[in-house]
Amino acid sequence: MAGAAGPGTGPGAAGGDGDDSLYPIAVLIDELRNEDVQLRLNSIKKLSTIALALGVERTRTELLPFLTDTIYDEDEVLLALAEQLGNFTGLVGGPDFAHCLLPPLESLATVEETVVRDKAVESLRQISQEHTPVALEAHFVPLVKRLASGDWFTSRTSACGLFSVCYPRASNAVRAEIRQHFRSLCSDDTPMVRRAAASKLGEFAKVLELDSVKSEIVPLFTNLASDEQDSVRLLAVEACVSIAQLLSQDDLEALVMPTLRQAAEDKSWRVRYMVADKFSELQKAVGPKITLNDLIPAFQNLLKDCEAEVRAAAAHKVKELCENLPTEGRETIIMNQILPYIKELVSDTNQHVKSALASVIMGLSTILGKENTIEHLLPLFLAQLKDECPEVRLNIISNLDCVNEVIGIRQLSQSLLPAIVELAEDAKWRVRLAIIEYMPLLAGQLGVEFFDEKLNSLCMAWLVDHVYAIREAATNNLMKLVQKFGTEWAQNTIVPRVLVMANDPNYLHRMTTLFCINALSEACGQEITTKQMLPIVLKMAGDQVANVRFNVAKSLQKIGPILDTNALQEEVKPVLQKLGQDEDMDVKYFAQEAISGMSFCFLPWAVTVLLSVSLVVAQRLRKLDFPVKDSEEPCAPGADKNHFLRPREDTGKVSAFDAKARDLPSPGLKCGQGAAQRNRAARVASEEAVEAAQFRGTDAAKVSPCTDHNCSLGQC
Amino acid sequence: RRRMGAAQRTLQFEVTLLRGTAWHGGCLDMCGDAWPGAGAVEGLTRPERHSGHATSNEQQELFCQKLQQCCVLFDFMDSVSDLKSKEIKRATLNELVEYVSTNRGVIVESAYSDIVKMISANIFRTLPPSDNPDFDPEEDEPTLEASWPHIQLVYEFFLRFLESPDFQPSIAKRYIDQKFVQQLLELFDSEDPRERDFLKTVLHRIYGKFLGLRAFIRKQINNIFLRFIYETEHFNGVAELLEILGSIINGFALPLKAEHKQFLMKVLIPMHTAKGLALFHAQLAYCVVQFLEKDTSLTEPVIRGLLKFWPKTCSQKEVMFLGEIEEILDVIEPTQFKKIEEPLFKQISKCVSSPHFQVAERALYFWNNEYILSLIEENIDKILPIMFASLYKISKEHWNQTIVALVYSALKTLMEMDGKLFDDLTSSYKAERQRYAAAA
Repeated sequence: MAGAAGPGTGPGAAGGDGDDSLYPIAVLIDELRNEDVQLRLNSIKKLSTIALALGVERTRTELLPFLTDTIYDEDEVLLALAEQLGNFTGLVGGPDFAHCLLPPLESLATVEETVVRDKAVESLRQISQEHTPVALEAHFVPLVKRLASGDWFTSRTSACGLFSVCYPRASNAVRAEIRQHFRSLCSDDTPMVRRAAASKLGEFAKVLELDSVKSEIVPLFTNLASDEQDSVRLLAVEACVSIAQLLSQDDLEALVMPTLRQAAEDKSWRVRYMVADKFSELQKAVGPKITLNDLIPAFQNLLKDCEAEVRAAAAHKVKELCENLPTEGRETIIMNQILPYIKELVSDTNQHVKSALASVIMGLSTILGKENTIEHLLPLFLAQLKDECPEVRLNIISNLDCVNEVIGIRQLSQSLLPAIVELAEDAKWRVRLAIIEYMPLLAGQLGVEFFDEKLNSLCMAWLVDHVYAIREAATNNLMKLVQKFGTEWAQNTIVPRVLVMANDPNYLHRMTTLFCINALSEACGQEITTKQMLPIVLKMAGDQVANVRFNVAKSLQKIGPILDTNALQEEVKPVLQKLGQDEDMDVKYFAQEAISGMSFCFLPWAVTVLLSVSLVVAQRLRKLDFPVKDSEEPCAPGADKNHFLRPREDTGKVSAFDAKARDLPSPGLKCGQGAAQRNRAARVASEEAVEAAQFRGTDAAKVSPCTDHNCSLGQC
Repeated sequence: RRRMGAAQRTLQFEVTLLRGTAWHGGCLDMCGDAWPGAGAVEGLTRPERHSGHATSNEQQELFCQKLQQCCVLFDFMDSVSDLKSKEIKRATLNELVEYVSTNRGVIVESAYSDIVKMISANIFRTLPPSDNPDFDPEEDEPTLEASWPHIQLVYEFFLRFLESPDFQPSIAKRYIDQKFVQQLLELFDSEDPRERDFLKTVLHRIYGKFLGLRAFIRKQINNIFLRFIYETEHFNGVAELLEILGSIINGFALPLKAEHKQFLMKVLIPMHTAKGLALFHAQLAYCVVQFLEKDTSLTEPVIRGLLKFWPKTCSQKEVMFLGEIEEILDVIEPTQFKKIEEPLFKQISKCVSSPHFQVAERALYFWNNEYILSLIEENIDKILPIMFASLYKISKEHWNQTIVALVYSALKTLMEMDGKLFDDLTSSYKAERQRYAAAA
């Protein structure tokens, strides 16, 4: 306890008053000073608990000054601190005392690390709302002014984000000062500050009086839009959207348009890119008249820009632009002023441009109507379906529904089929995966006859693809097809072919049968499941490969609810009991799992199993170790390892290989990077799968190393 | 700086080759084909120059005309267009390079405007987006500048112009101003290393000759670095700019201005956090050491700064940090050493026990450095207690035999420095281990 109390100062004294209930708090406070960053971090994250225990008075007088002194800590700790303080108003005694939080946040708003600063600004914005108008002028506004005139660029950058929250609640005199400070930041010497000011210009404009917008914001906007650095100019384009919304048509024309025209022709492609990227917002903000006079010609230029990045950004906006044109005269404008440029882009030299166009071009058919679509757009679609880049073809196929509504899909089907077949057999598994996802959509539009004739065999072929992700997608695809075409169709076309695979010499294909049954049983209903599927599943319980056997147990659990009680008692239960005695521990485990999972079906026998302590422990372990199931990461074909390396995702055991494949980037990562890492992870996974397979007993004889990096099976 | 020299040698070499062609012959047929905008000049340059030497006035006029002609730009993305014109421009640029480097008195006041205009027209451009959006300078091949056949010659001309004995900064500063330098600095982001190499030499010359631009150049570099550190994490020319700074720091007057110290602490030190540190670490460490050689009192904040940003997960960077620490220790003053020995050796003790053998090895190499050893010996009572436990432990446990061998020799060295302290530490370490074992 003595250790908890700091020498004489600070909230550490909390531990010293002999109140045992404060002991944990004393420990937390002690940890705020610990040498170990992680402990400090933990403690900071529980700051509200500490404050609550100390009470509002001591939080204000002891904790906050202490925290203000810690500002020299690691960035990670500071980030946590900045975040905590945003929600601290209640803990320091409510709005009347909110200003006590300003000193530590002010220091945090000046540190070097951007994430810390941004978080401090966010918290300050939050707290500003909790100030009374008087306190705001007495405490908050002076803080903003101090930051705005700070020596180092960091404080000035932070200040930019605070103007718009205090302006609306300030008196007129103070407002003038605030505007003055913002003005000077817009012409700051440091480009970092100008960038920060430019990025807040739109937000600030929205809280200003219209007169001030015209007399002050517009000149600032004009200046920033002609800044010497393109990184500042492009931010002005963003601000343009907000400013344009505030002004009347005449003012717009006089005050904003000259600058916007200039931005659309800026010598830096980054600025032009920004104009293209914000085109729809700009179009809405300036209204139809200016759009026709100014934006359409600008858009034409962007569509034939010399940089592919700009063309691609503009191509993305084609549909939105056309949609947002006034209905009257829209068709003429599109036909005469947009379509000729689109035609050029279809044969662009850059695949990103083509692919961007392909992702939106189908949307034009609803706008242009049947005749125009057939005459003008159809040739473009057909050309794109034959494009060398698979992404272009995929983008067209994925948007077929738009065309279907207007002209029906038959017009396209002749060209469609070869395109689909080619994508279905593409060497890249991601392309194959993408086309599978569109199958149910295509099936619905092409109709059952066409489907049976042309596409059914593709769908079946995917079931034996050498990449697990494809087989998995193919299984789900079958389920969706059955939902679409009905059980009778399933019984005639799909089920027999799936069930034949149960006798395949490759155990992976035999497992695919089980996965298909899992997916199809519900859609097919009780009769087909009991009569056709169940016997096959039961037969596979005697399979020589353990992986198949424990998947039988899982399948039985899955289809159990669909079966009738009779079949369950007579057929399923004995088989599960037998598997429950299997020599392989994983088979045993899953059989028991299935029994307990279906206990409502066959009580009371299962009760004993249910109570087994080991099972409970196993389940708890599982929960602790596996917050994420592998199957939630569809990009990793490595997911297939499950069917190879037992124990699997559910058993609570991890192999080194599992851990590696799990170490995948979160979706939040920058996508390019993420994909690259994923590829690497998948490669590692596949190689290890091969090794592991060779090492493992039963199946090893059948498995030969595979060279395909995407293949995680080790057997193609 | 060795590379800079190489570039210059190349230049020399090419120039000797070119001496054969005569400027005085006057008119190479620079307007024979569809060189756009050349029509007006054609009439002026065509007339019977082939025979005699041009007079000095005529030469000057011709010089400016050629400069103006070279302002015409060609599209190199289209590799088959305007082939003949491109070749003529190339030849003309070659002539210009030779003209200013072999003749005296040709850079007259009236020419400056045309010269700078020609240079600006050719080299100042918005750099195109990278072909590879995830460009990784450590792994990927850079995209080379397509118009290099012309731009290279323009840069060469620019350098000759700056280095010419006739060059007068007092006149040139009217044209080579802040805006010019600003644009020049933006070009350092070029993906083409050849271009950055030229830019480095050019900027260095400008810094040397234009006293009025120095503060501005430093400030702009400062901004580029801050943007690199805190905003984009991407700028191709960091190493080149640091190289220039290295020689600038060398020339700082003492005592150092607050501006310079701020640059060190708020820009150079945080720069160690950058992802691509490997690309410019050598230059960065050089700058840091230059500062410390200028002003030893900066040692403590610098080392504390490095310790603050010490890499937590990236072993490759950790090795670089250790290298930089050794460079700093090489020049450290014993009084400064005492100020930071404790936190520094705590970090080093963590490094020697790193499971990554390259990190451990790099840290243990400190024990091969005579000067560091003398510093350790002077402060053995402080350092040995910090280092002992981890050295002793890894001598038993490290998986890599090389490390174990290095640790043994390090321990031996330390033991020789203070045998008594070593024995005390050994026995207390063992006692503690036993207590721990008993408790377990």
